[in-house]
Amino acid sequence: MIKKAEEIFFRILMIISTVAIAAALLLIIFSILYNGLPALSWEMISQIPKGGFYFGKEGGILNAIIGSLYLSVCSTLIALLIGLPVAMYMNVFMIKHRNTLNSVRFILDILWGIPSIVYGAFGFVIMIYFGLKTSLLAGIITVSLFIIPIMVRSMDEVLKTVPSGLLESSLSLGSTKTEISFKIFLRQCIPGIVTAVLLSFGRAIGDAASVLFTTGYTDSIPESLSDPAATLPLAIFFQLSSPVEEVRQRAFASAAVLTFVILLISIAARILSARYNRNKIKF
Amino acid sequence: MTTIITPKIKISELNLSIDKQEILKNINVEIPENKITVLLGPSGCGKTTLLKTLNRLTDLYDNVKISGSVILDNEDILHTKSDITKIRQKMGLLSQRPYPLPMSIYGNISYGLKIKGVKKKKILDERVEHYLKEVNLWEEVRERLHHPASALSIGQQQRLCLARGLAVGPEIILADEPTSALDPLSSQAIEEMFLILKKNYTLVLVTHILRQAKRIADYVVFMYLGEVVEQGPAEEFFSSPKMERTKAYLKGAFN
Amino acid sequence: MLASLILIIILPFFLAAGLYLKSILIINENHLQDLLFSDIWKPAENKFGFAPFIISSLWVSLSAIILAVPVCLLSSIYITQYAKSSVLKLMQPVIDILAGIPSVIFGVWGVLMIVPFSVKAAGWFNIHTTGYNIFSGALVLLVMIIPFILNILIEIFRMIPEELSEASLSLGATKWETIKYILLRKAFPGIVSAFGLGLSRAFGETIAVLMVVGNVIQIPHNIFDPGYPLPALIANNYGEMLSIPKYDSALMLAALILLAVILIFNFASRLLIMRFEKYS
Repeated sequence: MIKKAEEIFFRILMIISTVAIAAALLLIIFSILYNGLPALSWEMISQIPKGGFYFGKEGGILNAIIGSLYLSVCSTLIALLIGLPVAMYMNVFMIKHRNTLNSVRFILDILWGIPSIVYGAFGFVIMIYFGLKTSLLAGIITVSLFIIPIMVRSMDEVLKTVPSGLLESSLSLGSTKTEISFKIFLRQCIPGIVTAVLLSFGRAIGDAASVLFTTGYTDSIPESLSDPAATLPLAIFFQLSSPVEEVRQRAFASAAVLTFVILLISIAARILSARYNRNKIKF
Repeated sequence: MTTIITPKIKISELNLSIDKQEILKNINVEIPENKITVLLGPSGCGKTTLLKTLNRLTDLYDNVKISGSVILDNEDILHTKSDITKIRQKMGLLSQRPYPLPMSIYGNISYGLKIKGVKKKKILDERVEHYLKEVNLWEEVRERLHHPASALSIGQQQRLCLARGLAVGPEIILADEPTSALDPLSSQAIEEMFLILKKNYTLVLVTHILRQAKRIADYVVFMYLGEVVEQGPAEEFFSSPKMERTKAYLKGAFN
Repeated sequence: MLASLILIIILPFFLAAGLYLKSILIINENHLQDLLFSDIWKPAENKFGFAPFIISSLWVSLSAIILAVPVCLLSSIYITQYAKSSVLKLMQPVIDILAGIPSVIFGVWGVLMIVPFSVKAAGWFNIHTTGYNIFSGALVLLVMIIPFILNILIEIFRMIPEELSEASLSLGATKWETIKYILLRKAFPGIVSAFGLGLSRAFGETIAVLMVVGNVIQIPHNIFDPGYPLPALIANNYGEMLSIPKYDSALMLAALILLAVILIFNFASRLLIMRFEKYS
């Protein structure tokens, strides 16, 4: 009977833990939307801040929205251009060299685990070295570095699931290796690859620590790569601590926008991965 | 059909489905005491599921629907209120591959005893030695009882798993293709052990190896696609099968 | 393709080398021992003692991990062993979304809900606090690392063959005994490395912690003291770092220390997990 009581006791704790985790998520989304939604208005998302982002009571967060979009779209594209070939290379040409492949995966996992602030500091070192100022370009370079491992590793996870028999059977038909990698892999893996891109985009748009040193912050919308740019995470970070209520409203509005974007990405990725699982050839 | 003297387990009108897919259909089998009953059939015919139903490992799966009855010692174990762990202790399970518990050789054997509440070291020592001897493993491992069990060879591991099952004092041994991962010599050792064990235990063996069944079966239940096609004493079953499908199977028409 | 691959492979060395080259100035001129163990931080007077930051980092991340251990273990056991598969279907998106929420959002949530809670909790012990302290930092970190650790644990428990549970059950053990004596033991290396990875994740987390932890340069003495973790040091001072000599070098050293600690934890945990995969 003591046995039974112990099991029941722990089962209750288990359920409590699990429910608490789900509750934490709801609590976070709720508190962000509760404070952010009232602050959202057309003016908020269509204007740049007036009179300085830290004290000016007028204006909105358009600078941060545009800045974040520039930054994350560009760095996701760069990461995709570098990451996709690498992931392909790993799964087409390196597949025979198990040990090397595993070491590469190991290094990528380690890179994934390095915190973004370290990438930020490194980006800063590069910036100084090349004599760059805080700018959109420096931010894009840093964020690209930071999301490439994420991009490669999540694509790799998708490509890995393509059965090697598929590759061999196409090889025997005589097509060249490059052709195979593009035709077969892509057709089978596009939903999974898009999911990886979305995941990386989510990281890029949400990260604050890596852009802190490199992208700077400004009230205006960047017009060239060498201009500094505002980003949503930093808009939240800087403006939340302002003594001015209107400025804090801008932080809450930015938080709501960012949360929306992240939720949208999550939902899209979920739908895609459901489709991806269905389309996979079963052996 | 010759009447069986004493059925140890009586399975009646057993139906089992997982996610609305029927796995077992209207199974009626009587398993004789102190005999080796072989569940024979091609893979995917439901014989492993039937075995797992006998000690209610099917409880582990979601969405399983079971109807019918499995009577062991006058108790319907599918609908009983008594402690399922006690029922499971009446049956030792030997699976396709040996799965030693993540502990020492000694720990593997004493685990079930400790669960039962045996605490005295002297008794445990004694039992460990006894059961290791029973499966002819004692001489090979007596020097390294406290080494991890995973360091043993596969054949030794399977014998260890058998000893571990015997240690909790079961009346029935359930074996699910216990030799399929073993080399011929180790397989032979297991088969020989079964022939000795049947003096004291009732054995239920799942296999798809026809020759193995011929070597050791006393009673055969032939299953196909979730149904029992034919059952009977081994000699009768192999010499004069009645059903067309049994004949086809015995000729090796499908596997 | 190969060029990009090589570029990525040497990236960690580049990271370390770049940071090292920048921090060599301060390492050469101040004793490494002083840097690591002194608690006097006065950049203007050329005194750079990292002890308050390192110790704050340890406080926050260790507290978060200690809280995360029971929650993640219990929940992963529930999801993989007891709950119906529909629970996993429900929890998987929860875990994924939680893992995808940006750090700064956790920070806002921390400011809105955790900081006031921290004031209240400290009140139970008759401690007065602003709410911006180690405790708040640890709670926010806890929620951030839970999805990360939970995902690994779920994976690990699912990797254990079902037959092992069946073996234990058929010896008469109850489900709980099977979990307690067999599954936890089997999964132990995996569990250790899951929390090792969680710890290194916690160690490097910046913005969310920075927003709630107080950022007072001192060695914290209890959980309701404010702290100033390493990442926060780097993030907060990038503005002035070019105005004081060697300040930038000191901050890059902070990043290097962070990188080293995290690499070591990551390396050890991943090796352990690979061994687990091989032998399970």
